[in-house]
Order: sequence, then C-alpha cells, then structure tokens
Amino acid sequence: MEATRRNNLRIQQSFLSRAFDTFNIAFIGLCSIATILPFLYVVAASFATEREIVERPMFIIPRDISLAAYKYIFSSNMLIKAFGNSVFITVAGTVINMMFTVTLAYALSKKALAGRNIMLNLVIFSMFFSGGMIPSYIVVRSLGLIDTYWSVLLPGAISAYNMMIIKNFFQNLPDGLEESAKLDGCTDIGALLHVVIPLSMPVIATFSLFYAVGHWNSYFQAMLYMSKSPNKWPLQVTLRQLILLSSAMAADPGSYTSDYMKPPDQSVKMAVIVVSTVPILCVYPFLQKYFAKGVMIGALKG
Amino acid sequence: MTATNTGVRRNKTLSHIVRDKWLYILALPGLIYFLIFKYLPMGGVIIAFKDYVPFLGVMGSKWAGLKWFNYFFNNPIFGTLFKNTMTLSLMNILFFFPAPIILALLLNELRSQKYKKAAQTLLYIPHFVSIVIVCSITYVMFNSNGVVYKMTQAITGNTVNFLMSPAAFRPMIIGQTIWKETGWGTIIFLAALASVDVEQYEAAMCDGAGRLRQLWHITLPAIRSTIVLLLVLRMGSVLDTGYEHLILMANAMNRSVSQTFDVFVYQQGIQSGQYSYATAIGLFKAVISVTLILSSNWAAHKMGEPGLY
Repeated sequence: MEATRRNNLRIQQSFLSRAFDTFNIAFIGLCSIATILPFLYVVAASFATEREIVERPMFIIPRDISLAAYKYIFSSNMLIKAFGNSVFITVAGTVINMMFTVTLAYALSKKALAGRNIMLNLVIFSMFFSGGMIPSYIVVRSLGLIDTYWSVLLPGAISAYNMMIIKNFFQNLPDGLEESAKLDGCTDIGALLHVVIPLSMPVIATFSLFYAVGHWNSYFQAMLYMSKSPNKWPLQVTLRQLILLSSAMAADPGSYTSDYMKPPDQSVKMAVIVVSTVPILCVYPFLQKYFAKGVMIGALKG
Repeated sequence: MTATNTGVRRNKTLSHIVRDKWLYILALPGLIYFLIFKYLPMGGVIIAFKDYVPFLGVMGSKWAGLKWFNYFFNNPIFGTLFKNTMTLSLMNILFFFPAPIILALLLNELRSQKYKKAAQTLLYIPHFVSIVIVCSITYVMFNSNGVVYKMTQAITGNTVNFLMSPAAFRPMIIGQTIWKETGWGTIIFLAALASVDVEQYEAAMCDGAGRLRQLWHITLPAIRSTIVLLLVLRMGSVLDTGYEHLILMANAMNRSVSQTFDVFVYQQGIQSGQYSYATAIGLFKAVISVTLILSSNWAAHKMGEPGLY
C-alpha cells in the first residue's frame, strides 16, 4: 500500500520534472529569441525599402533587397567621418589606457616598494568618492582640453578597478624569471617589457578588449567635452543626434530648435544602427572567450 | 642607539628608493593621472560653497556658505527629484534585480550543455552593445513607423506614443535594463553554481529529494551569499540612477518623471551653466551614497558575508 503510493508519487514527480524541462527549454529559447530578434529586425529593415518598413509591421527577411540606405550613409561625409573618429578614439584611447594602467599596476605589484600603501589607498579611495561631473568638467576645461580629442582620451585613462585586477595578476606571477632578468642587468622597465608583459599576454589582451569596447560604446564624454565640435564626434554621438534627437523634435519641434535636423528615413536609421553595432559583433567571439577569464581574475582577491 | 637605528633605517629606505627608481618612474604617469583627474575634481567640490564664476576661477570666486544647499532643499524640485530617483531605483530592485537570479537557476536546470552554451552566447550579446544603440533600437521600434506602435494600434485600435508618454518612461527604462543586462548578470550566479559539488545532488537524490527540494536545499544556499552581497551593494547605490541611460530617453514630454538627481545635475550644470548649484547637488548625493555604501558594507559583514572590502 505504502509502496504503491510512493511509486505513484515518483511517477508523478518524473512527469512534473519532464514537464518542467520542456517548459524550461521553451522559456530559455523564447528569451534567446527576444534577445536577438530586435537585432535581426534592424538588419532586415536596413536592407528593406522605405515602403516595406511602413507597410509591414515585423519581418526578418525583406521582400525586396535595397541598398539605398547604405548608399545614403556612405555618400554622406558626416557618417564616414564619425566612423573614422570612433576608430581613432578607440585605438588611441586603448593604447593610452594600457600604457597608464600596466605601468602603474606593475609598480604597485611590488610589495617592497616604499610608499606603496599610500599609493594604493589613493587609488582605492577614488573608487568610492569622486568629485562629480561638474568639478571634473571644470578641470578638463581649465586644462584647455575641451573640444579636443584629449578630452575623451585622458580623463578615463585608468580604470581603478582594472588596474587593481592587473596588479593582483602581476603579484601572483613567479618571481624567479624577473630576478634572473635583473641579474642579467635588466632594469625594472626592462623586466616589465621583456619578461612580465610576454607572460601576461592573455590578461593584456582581455583588458585591451574591455577598454576598447568601452571606448567604442561611450558617448557621454564626447557629448560633454566636444559638444561644439561635430567634426570630432564619434559614431555614438552622431547616432544619438540622428535618431533620438530628431525623433524627439519631430514630436515637439519647439524643444531642440538649436540643433534642428530633418529626421532621416527609417531605413537609414536602421543602417546606421547596423554600422555602429557590427564592430562589436566582430569582436564578440573574442569577448566571450576572454570575459569569463576576466570575471574569474576579478574574483580572486589578494 | 635609537638614533643610529633610525639613521640606519632611513638610509635603508633611501637606498631602497634609489634601487626602485625605475618603478617610481613607471608609477609616475598613473599617479599624476589620479591626482589631476580624480583628486583635483575632489578639491573642486568647494565651489559648492562658493558663487563660482568661470572668469574668476575656483580660488577667486566668492564664498557663499550653504546658500546652494538651502536653495536646493527649499526648492520644490527636491521632492520631485527624490521621488523620481527612489521610484526608479526601487522598480529596478523589484523587477530587474531578481531577473538574472531566475534566469541563472533556469539555465542551471537545462540538461543539454550544448543548448545552454548556445543560449548563453545569445543572451550575453546586449551587454556589449552601446546604450545609445539600445535606445536607438527602442526608438525605431516604438516610433510611429515602428513595430510596437503599429501592433498596439492593430490590437487596441488606439495609438500610444510610448516615447513621449510619462507613464511609459519608467517601464521602458526598466525593460531596456532587463533586456540588456539580465543575460550578463547570470554569470556571477552560474560561477557560484558551478562550484557546487555534484555529489551533493547525488546524495540528495538517493535520499529521495525531488528537484524542487534540491533547488531549495542545495542550489539556493550555494548562491545565497552572492545574492545578499549584490542586494546590499545595490541598496548602497540607491541614489545612483546613472545619467548616460536616462539622458538618452529623457525629453521635454516626460520631464516630470525622467528628472533624477543625476539627470538634474547634468541639466543644471552643463546645459544651464549653474556650476555651483549643480556641484552642491552632486556633493549632497555623493555624501549620501558613500554613507550608504559604507553602512551596507558594514551590514554585509554583520550578516557574516565577506562584503566588498
């Protein structure tokens, strides 16, 4: 009697368990589709005619392929220029980031360095308290950096968080190789260049990638510090101008009269979104390979 | 005796400094960076207590005492900003915070590792996409030519202008955050779950525990400390709504709900040139934030969790 009851319970449970598995597979599938669908729609619409976008509510394969939107983008100087600015800011910014971050991280990874604790606390305190947007703006302005590329390259040169992780990584490297390099007459700089950096290539690559993605995606600093130099704007600021501000103006023409611009066609907007996203998708496989490593290194305290 | 000892020690320190001169040279650019771009602005907050005039500079401007703070606290905008900031933060904690936990638990229950990997690959993508792109996609899907606009029209017969409607502002911000960050947010929980010993599950199965009981007694305790830590930290940053995201979605029509402390500092300081006033508001927020973070970290320690530092 008791045995059958338990048996029934088990069958019931395994049925519930299988029902849950089916539901779970379907639910995760739906979430994944919901994640990717907006991208697919934007790509499809960027290749569609304006008429199709207006007529059909949702599609991921356009009826007639049209390259008009891309022709329009690449015929306009503004977007090619913005793309070039983004590439320049990303490359130059990442080089500056890594030079500043790695050198400081290496020096602070030496436990015997006199004054190390003071320097470390200087860095850590800045992670909790900042002067805020306006005082930072005043500093950038009084250095004469406003409306120059330096204003987006220098103020974020070191991420304290990244620096601490790289410092911890250097700290955990075996000392032996560096010591022998120094016995051979290398200075600390030589040891960093010839021993430590070659040993840390995966970490260097990971953080370069993180910094680069950050530069490519950022719009706020450029908008803040280079608002009067549209010829220096990166893609993200131009995108905001083209899509967000023009739509807001279309609804309320009185609000942004100063930088008024005719709202572009829907397909052109889609194409600009695609062009701004593609570089990220190109490095995404590498990001995926490295980010878990980055998260894991971050998890190690020391 | 003592004198010679200190002398020897000082000599030793000096010789260490000489020995490590290249390390100091390596550290120099980074330290200068922190002094100029982090500590100079911290000193710059004194303009919150001054009538800052750009022409006179930070030092040359006249002292104004607590004028800007009094002005701010007695201004009806303070109540609006406080309400908007808190509402958005609490909605974020209520609706976004649990999302990665639930998704991580569901991903963890998937039996096919290949399916799990494929789903993760798709779910992580939005994290790496710029917030400008996320908002742009929202705009092209919700404007009067967009998919969502047309579908609402077809289903309800009414047109809704989501992008301009104050009622739609908060749900849209939270929705965008959920779409962008839920997948990425699962990583920290999945990492904690990966460290659970499989034997525990086997032992539980032998004892006749179903999947729900395994979830309750093994899986949830494994991520409990991570959840507590993240929640405590989130509470600490309750006043930070971030400006990068909100400024993109804010417009003249939804101003009544889109203005938070962060957005207001940008509008007053940068757009209206009220440097001292905006700095005072920023300083007020920063002081509260630091206090909250320190006390929430203290609370984490009290609960037996490692905390942030």
